[in-house]
Amino acid sequence: MAKIEQLKCRECARTYDVGPLHVCEFCFGPLEAVYDYDAIARSISRETIAAGPHTIWRYAALLPVDESTPRVDLGAGFTPLVPAPRLGAELGIDDLWLKNDTVNPTYSFKDRVVSVALTKAREFGLEVGACASTGNLANAVAAHAAKAGMGACVFIPADLEQGKIVATAVYGSALVAVKGNYDDVNRLCAEIADNYPWAFANVNMRAFYSEGSKTLAFEIVEQLGWSYPDHVVVPIASGAQLVKVRKGLDELHRVGLMSSPSHTSVHGAQAVGCSPVAEAFVRGVEHVRPQKPNTIAKSLAIGNPADGYYALKAVRETGGLIDMVDDDEIVDAILLLARTEGIFTETAGGVTVGVLAKLAKAGTFKPGERVVALITGMGLKTVEAVAERAKPTATIRPVLDEFEHQIDIGAIPRGKS
Amino acid sequence: MSVKIRIPTPLRKLTKEQAEVEAGGGTIREVVDDLERQFPGFKERMCDDNGELRRFVNVYVGEEDIRFLEGLDTKIPSGELVSIIPAVAGG
Repeated sequence: MAKIEQLKCRECARTYDVGPLHVCEFCFGPLEAVYDYDAIARSISRETIAAGPHTIWRYAALLPVDESTPRVDLGAGFTPLVPAPRLGAELGIDDLWLKNDTVNPTYSFKDRVVSVALTKAREFGLEVGACASTGNLANAVAAHAAKAGMGACVFIPADLEQGKIVATAVYGSALVAVKGNYDDVNRLCAEIADNYPWAFANVNMRAFYSEGSKTLAFEIVEQLGWSYPDHVVVPIASGAQLVKVRKGLDELHRVGLMSSPSHTSVHGAQAVGCSPVAEAFVRGVEHVRPQKPNTIAKSLAIGNPADGYYALKAVRETGGLIDMVDDDEIVDAILLLARTEGIFTETAGGVTVGVLAKLAKAGTFKPGERVVALITGMGLKTVEAVAERAKPTATIRPVLDEFEHQIDIGAIPRGKS
Repeated sequence: MSVKIRIPTPLRKLTKEQAEVEAGGGTIREVVDDLERQFPGFKERMCDDNGELRRFVNVYVGEEDIRFLEGLDTKIPSGELVSIIPAVAGG
């Protein structure tokens, strides 16, 4: 069964045959996969999902890939949704949950989207995976390409964190470090994608790739016993993830898995040093003004976010808010999450938790409301960000006396501030 | 003044598959008007009904996005390449 019927421009509604297309040929708008939801509704149920694998592929019926295509699969998705009572108590949130996407195969949510993108690439007969990346996508493309025996050519800004560079190069792909910021890399890749028959995850695979993020919404609702949260807090880089989380929430009702439409408010989080979407939200305008990023949250440092306009729209339509935190607040939030819930996140997760704290302080969440925050990537990828504040308490010789002298036993932290 | 412009794939049907074309003009606005004369229908693809640059069209003079400069009124220094590039998703 060919699941998606066509690709449709989100801007001007022109339609295209399914293929590795970049954007609408007329207005350059993003292309969206159009599903036959009635057919999907007839074949999908909570039971068929429960019988599926513990990966994103349990929701294969709602992903833009034909059933017969061999999947490029490292086991992404179906990550833990954990209650976070200790962080909730610190922030004054009654019912807080964390979607822990740090435990994906390459330690970020990007495994979800890449598993879909490279599977679709195979369907199109493309044999080289590629991407422009702030790091997490690079890791995921290189690893999935290795597993699938595909070639990979990955482009990153040259000043990326060491962890993200190593965790890409190790998989044996071609890794091109570009002297410039992410927007420069992206621009170069848009031109390269014109010249080579490669599957660029975020360029000509974009319409399929981004659909992988819907699985975050599917899993959250399923893991909450098929109920919607009242709020979800999502980091914004290009904005695609937030837009697709919202789309996922809506689809659950569309295909009959949920009896009522989603009431979830979708909130967005950005870093002050790269806040084009947050800034547009605060100004109350539709137009997202590009910025030159300057933040430690490099995985969110997209100054010209392609889905920024739609992220704004999704947030406004669901009654959500967008806020931002500065670099110090990001580091504070990383440490707060680690010491309260035992999860070490990268800077993007710091942005999410920092904004979660701000929203809570502003009274966004009413008593008893259920809040889910997406922790999208793992802390070892960006150790530089917290290294100065995460050091040994003492360095001693292996002598008992020295230990008792230098360490105040009564003062050993127990996770309290 | 003659300016070189790099054309992305989605617009090449208009430019008879040429990846690079030349146009006259001192600003982006003048260049777009000249491209419209050479390749009828070009301006509609670049600009919306109000004559503003479409949301997902990025234009660069050299390495700089014209949204950081003077928009459509950005002047093009002699010899500088103009590139038209669709916005890209990412992360």
